[in-house]
Amino acid sequence: MKIVCCLKQVPDAKNVRLDPQTNTLSREGVESIMNPFDRHALEEGVRLKEQHGGTVVALSMGPPQAEEMLREAISCGADEAVLVSDRAFAGADTWATTYTLAMAIKKIGGCDLVICGKQAIDGDTAQVGPGLAERLDRPYASYVRNISDFKDNTFTLERMMDDGYDLLEVPIPALITVVKDINEPRIPSLKGKMKAKKAQITVLNSVDIEADPNLLGLKGSPTQVVKVFAPELNSNREMITGTIDEIVLQLFEKLEAV
Amino acid sequence: MNYFLTEEQEMIVDVARQLTDDKIIPQRAELDEKEEFPHDIIKAIAQADLSGLYISEEFGGFGGGCFDNVLALEQFARGCVGIATSFAANALGAYPIILAGSQEMKEKYLPPLASGEKYAAFALTEANAGSDASGIQTTAVLDGEEWVINGTKQWITNGGEANIYTVVAITDKSKGPRGASLFVIEDTDPGFSYGPKEKKLGIRASSTRELIFKDCRIPKDRLIGRSGSGFITVMKTLDLSRPGIAILGVGLGQAALDEAVSYAKQRVQFGKPIISFQAVQHMLADMAIQVEAARAFVYAAAKHIDADPKNMSKVSSMCKVFATDMAMKVTVDAVQVLAGYGYMRDYPVEKMMRDAKILQIYEGTNQIQRNVIGQELNKEYN
Repeated sequence: MKIVCCLKQVPDAKNVRLDPQTNTLSREGVESIMNPFDRHALEEGVRLKEQHGGTVVALSMGPPQAEEMLREAISCGADEAVLVSDRAFAGADTWATTYTLAMAIKKIGGCDLVICGKQAIDGDTAQVGPGLAERLDRPYASYVRNISDFKDNTFTLERMMDDGYDLLEVPIPALITVVKDINEPRIPSLKGKMKAKKAQITVLNSVDIEADPNLLGLKGSPTQVVKVFAPELNSNREMITGTIDEIVLQLFEKLEAV
Repeated sequence: MNYFLTEEQEMIVDVARQLTDDKIIPQRAELDEKEEFPHDIIKAIAQADLSGLYISEEFGGFGGGCFDNVLALEQFARGCVGIATSFAANALGAYPIILAGSQEMKEKYLPPLASGEKYAAFALTEANAGSDASGIQTTAVLDGEEWVINGTKQWITNGGEANIYTVVAITDKSKGPRGASLFVIEDTDPGFSYGPKEKKLGIRASSTRELIFKDCRIPKDRLIGRSGSGFITVMKTLDLSRPGIAILGVGLGQAALDEAVSYAKQRVQFGKPIISFQAVQHMLADMAIQVEAARAFVYAAAKHIDADPKNMSKVSSMCKVFATDMAMKVTVDAVQVLAGYGYMRDYPVEKMMRDAKILQIYEGTNQIQRNVIGQELNKEYN
């Protein structure tokens, strides 16, 4: 089984600063960590490999300093690590990010399963996982809290919902996003750290992944961050029902009205 | 202070530190309160490849020495001495096999200890033989192809949890100290049983039990080394393991110092943080001096032992006495700095004080250690 775990290096939640010009996060000089949800994604990948055999590739789109996080991934059981890094990727929204990651995954020869964390603690959109699945044209399950079986090239898993869970069967190739409940990540082992120290991290730039420069970074990002604020919660709830097409149309009308 | 660790040694410290912060510290109060053996943590230590630091690569270990093991133990002790003791006792149980066991014995017992799959324990002490170890009464009689063991061991760390016990028994009473031998007894051997867990002042996460051998029959090849060489191997075992106990004192002292300084900085009385008062400052300064001095001593002693000198007894005993007496004093002072809060079980320092006491007692009381040192001094000078 070939597994790709998408990992993002994020600023440690304690020390976040906003760049006033671009309204994006200023990552300079702030301590960086592996996105906590991605830590669970990596652990799940390593566990699946231990159970079923195969390889785990840790993949990240990020600045050069993300190499450190990828070494940490190796020390926690990833077999290989790939860093997709280029100035052209800077300022990417989730649309441009999923494009970049999809091109990278294609470049490294695809895989049976992509595992992402539920969301990044800096962006908090939770869009990259599902967006990437669309780019790769594969089924996905999000908020996975347990993988109970793998038989006949199909995963049986539990998707966490507010009031319980859904039991799903997902055939590979597939993508999943995971929640923290799924596992308890291991501490890097001594042998793991020694392996990580010597490991060769593959670095790919925009040319290596054969990406269209117009679809990358700030240039390729249709969404703009206009304002960042914590919304007030109110208890108004509205359920929209119907077929998927009907629901999407109604939702679109309501959002336009806002 | 910079102790010029190698890159590999820095990694050992990093892994052990992370394990301590992530797993040991969050669970220590509960394990102490419930007196539960730290199975999950010992498994996590194994998963982190730290179980076999002192075992050679030939048998699945890391191939490190006393110093590498000491570096990991220091971090664990910073978390909890009870948990660290449960881990360190495996090495104590393994050392007789490493020092005197046959190749077959090493091949059988060391790999599962290195991988953390099995636990070990060392059994010397009896009700009538503590400091006077030569007073043991457990016997081993050769009957055909089997040894028959009879007797009772007392206060054995990891008793009831271990799978592999290295046990000292008298094989020839007429020969006095040269009449004792070491054996490997497995938890599944017939005639072996153990008593209930002892209720202790401290290191409550550690399991301490009586071991009972009643016509316990073991195969002939379970004898470790030569018959009659028991006490020689015991002495070497203790020489090797004492720096491990000493470093528990260092880790514990450091943890107590950390709590005391943090508290003194934020506790405000008479309009100022109490760290600004000389009385408190001087206490903290003395604590810090003693912790660092102990650390430097134990590191040097461990490296000295790894260089395989002819005589490690004096150095080993000295560092054990110094570091463990230090830990007792520093933990008591830490409770004093935290004062009323320090006395409450909600704060970690009272447990540290309770845990410190055993360090001055086990693996040879500090009084016996001083005997050893005195005797060595006597031999050294003409």
